[in-house]
Amino acid sequence: MGFESAKNNSILSKLATNEEHGENSPYFDGWKAYDNNPFHPLKNPNGVIQMGLAENQLCFDLIEEWIKKNPKASICSTEGIKSFKAIANFQDYHGLPEFRRAIAKFMEKTRGGRVTFDPDRVVMAGGATGANETIIFCLANPGDAFLVPSPYYPAFNRDLRWRTGVELIPIHCESSNNFQITPKAVKEAYDNAQKANIKVKGLILTNPSNPLGTTLDEDTLKSLLNFTNQHNIHLVCDEIYAATVFDTPQFVSIAEVLNDNETNYCNKDLVHIVYSLSKDMGLPGFRIGIVYSFNDAVVNCARKMSSFGLISTQTQHFLAAMLSDEKFVANYLAESAKRLAKRHKHFTNGLLEVGIKCLKSNAGLFCWMDLRPLLRESTFESEMSLWRVIINEVKLNVSPGSSFDCQEPGFFRVCFANMDDETVDIALSRIRRFVGVKRSGDESNAAEKKQQWKKNNLRLSFSKRMYDESVLSPLSSPIPHSPQVR
Amino acid sequence: MTNSPTKTTISSGGATSAMRVIVPLQGVVQGRGGLFLGSVIPCALFYFWQLYLKRNRNRSRPSNNNNDESGSSGSTHLPQVSSGSGLQRVHSRILLSPKGSSGQSQVSVRANSVISKQIDSSPCFVGLNKASQDPYDEFSNPDGVIQLGLDENKLSLDLVQEWLAENVSRWMMAEDLSISGIATYQPFDGLLELKVAVAGFMSQAVDNSVSFSPAQMVLTGGAIPALEILSFCLADPGNAFLVPSPYYPDLDRDVKWRTGVEIIPVPCRSADNFSLSIDALDRAFSQAKKRGLKVRGVIISNPWNPVGNMFSRETLYNLLDFATEKNIHVISNEILAGSSYGGEEFVSIAEIIDSEDFDRNRVHIVYGLSKDLSLPGFRVGAIYTCNENVLAVAKKLTRFSSISVPTQHLLIQMLSDAKFVQQFIKKNRERLRRMYSLFVSGLKQLGIECTKSSGGFYCWADMSRLIRSYNEKGEIELWDNLLNVAKINATPGSSCHCVEPGWFRLCFTTLSEKDISTVMRRIQKVLETRKSLS
Repeated sequence: MGFESAKNNSILSKLATNEEHGENSPYFDGWKAYDNNPFHPLKNPNGVIQMGLAENQLCFDLIEEWIKKNPKASICSTEGIKSFKAIANFQDYHGLPEFRRAIAKFMEKTRGGRVTFDPDRVVMAGGATGANETIIFCLANPGDAFLVPSPYYPAFNRDLRWRTGVELIPIHCESSNNFQITPKAVKEAYDNAQKANIKVKGLILTNPSNPLGTTLDEDTLKSLLNFTNQHNIHLVCDEIYAATVFDTPQFVSIAEVLNDNETNYCNKDLVHIVYSLSKDMGLPGFRIGIVYSFNDAVVNCARKMSSFGLISTQTQHFLAAMLSDEKFVANYLAESAKRLAKRHKHFTNGLLEVGIKCLKSNAGLFCWMDLRPLLRESTFESEMSLWRVIINEVKLNVSPGSSFDCQEPGFFRVCFANMDDETVDIALSRIRRFVGVKRSGDESNAAEKKQQWKKNNLRLSFSKRMYDESVLSPLSSPIPHSPQVR
Repeated sequence: MTNSPTKTTISSGGATSAMRVIVPLQGVVQGRGGLFLGSVIPCALFYFWQLYLKRNRNRSRPSNNNNDESGSSGSTHLPQVSSGSGLQRVHSRILLSPKGSSGQSQVSVRANSVISKQIDSSPCFVGLNKASQDPYDEFSNPDGVIQLGLDENKLSLDLVQEWLAENVSRWMMAEDLSISGIATYQPFDGLLELKVAVAGFMSQAVDNSVSFSPAQMVLTGGAIPALEILSFCLADPGNAFLVPSPYYPDLDRDVKWRTGVEIIPVPCRSADNFSLSIDALDRAFSQAKKRGLKVRGVIISNPWNPVGNMFSRETLYNLLDFATEKNIHVISNEILAGSSYGGEEFVSIAEIIDSEDFDRNRVHIVYGLSKDLSLPGFRVGAIYTCNENVLAVAKKLTRFSSISVPTQHLLIQMLSDAKFVQQFIKKNRERLRRMYSLFVSGLKQLGIECTKSSGGFYCWADMSRLIRSYNEKGEIELWDNLLNVAKINATPGSSCHCVEPGWFRLCFTTLSEKDISTVMRRIQKVLETRKSLS
């Protein structure tokens, strides 16, 4: 078998045989632990709770309600079936015009109507993943590099680099100023690249930030825009969490900054936005990725490349109807923000009760937990061993800061929007128990807390299909299994 | 006599020849005049030569790339960037960029070749555009452009719609599919139930000569990303695939655009009925080797697009023997397997490797529902392979191109209805056969012969006697005539990399039977006009 695989490997490409897919990193051990022992309130109450997946499940009821009231939007209904032929046969990579208009309108709404978007610049891609990869293909050659503020979304290492051959250069941000992006750090990263003779083609940032959950203020955006404009490099803003903002400060899109009179001299050809409905509307299964560029050549290229990741016309048709329903959209955005705020408050307060602080955030489906006080020593080894304890003993899949390229050990990203209220409480109680044990080391204390936890367990609600669908199936992990997992 | 022609002390290369010019000139133009002219002329020539080189160097290097060595060697194989649009050199030093500078100057080399005038002015693109701007409709736009260049099948869509109408209410009630089952993240390579359903459909499409296993399958958002994924898995930038030509135009995009991989066409000729000769493959392989190009595999489409014939069992055996000998892969695009209708038997390459002792690890099949089920809008493709390593990598790559989950659920229902699938394939084949024979006999009456097709949505017509000059220019001139005078969008053979001028691909599956006579009438008019003018 070994000889056979060696023989096979010799005729596969380098891309197929290198490790750039990143799935052998320890980051995925958490996923594997979850896949092997997924939590279920009734069938597996001691399983691992998935807190590493940034998915928005808080407003499914609103969407379900809309679907029931609007059967015409789905071609799989007696009302909607008339559109079937045209939809099923349509494969123009421009996409359905009504879909593009609806997306442009939705993007405007999520930015409070402060800026307009041109439907002709809306280009489809295979999810935000596909959109990010496509924009890099359009802007950079193999060997070029993009600057990215760190900590950043770990999958960027794969999505932006694997097939494109482009490098990522982190701009380090520190806890001392709440991980804000400083001009000094940007310049340092850029200068280091220059010294190493690496050609920097652009800067890519996520705003609102993943994993920090913070939004960039207007001044920071302006200064970043000035920097990229000055150096004639691209600025790509991944705004896929735009509508998950639940608190002040208000979200400021790069599109608004561009509109500003002060930045009139900036070259619009260098600015691009990546968008998606996977987070804002909780529809990752629909694979909606959007590339929006102010550069005509990029729109042209990305559109032609969209053949590699076109959105199913059935989905386009459905969303065109749903997103054009202005009343529904307004209500959805308001309600979603409200529920996120409530969940965020509940969770962060629960953590605060046991002395765990989170970075003050106003957006996202997660929070950036500071577990530095719990580290034995301020090292990444210590962070890894704490993380393994959290996965294997506390049974929570959280994501360690090192996988986000965080320079300071002890930070963890924990997602809270992909579960119902009861599960959040269970997670909190597990954390409480763990911290209590760690802090006091008192066995009786732990036993008491254990009883409390057991009591809580009895008050569980009955099964929701949500669990059965996405939890029980061993194939439910969104991360494809690494070959080692079987 | 005074100046030795071997005096070559001057270092620059032009000097040796310069001396040879000075000496004879001194003889022709007596005295100092000759010496003067003989010195000035070569210097002037040398100066202009350097200027010419410098200008060309600027034009052919579109961006200031510091990392040319580490950059993809494949980038040198990409078509040269058109310089007509005012390219500027991009510097990564501090530079105030003027407002409104050309967007094209700052994009990647890949992007520039994708948006180059080469693609936008290709007959395929132009024709498709014109047809979509002025589409023919029997009642509302009878003078519009009739689309014969898009290989999609509208003949049997009503059957699918009928199934939906009959089943949708029953299905929606029974399933009670919650939103979270549709909306949340699912495996990027497709739900297991859909793999089972697609494997079943594939087996039906080949009349159960093969039983496809869902475990060997990865589902993608269409056949286009399936081909691209395989290219990424099997070849490095700068490598190449051998492809029998003529081949369908879009293959260039799927295999080359973003991968940096090349295609080497292996010309097939009408004299051989456009069948693939292994000798031709071998020759192409050796030539590639001489050029320093590493060949990683052969890509075939079976049924053959655009020719319409099938690969015989014998050819497939020989192809696999060849691949084994050279230790390369075979990719078989069998997306039209269920659309075979003719006398020739369709043999899937899967059947060959099932029955014989070939190494299954080198064979990969691409499939999809865009053609056989007439659902191009739904974006469903598949990679089928027994090579576990390829499966594992392809699975990871589907994160960039995955099938929308609601569509997956719809298709699970549809394809699991075995009776519907069986009926659909049978009826679809009958309709294809009928349209094909009507269309081809219509062309025959105009004196236009076609190759004998047994599958697909088109016929491969020989219009070589109608072109004014037996070359690509003549072919394009006829294509232009057909598009702008007859208002018919046909695909010229040159777009399909056919080495023989005058062949055209004409798709008949978006027409009604009545439209066929309209098409023939229009072609006849063009022929008459050309006859009278010549």
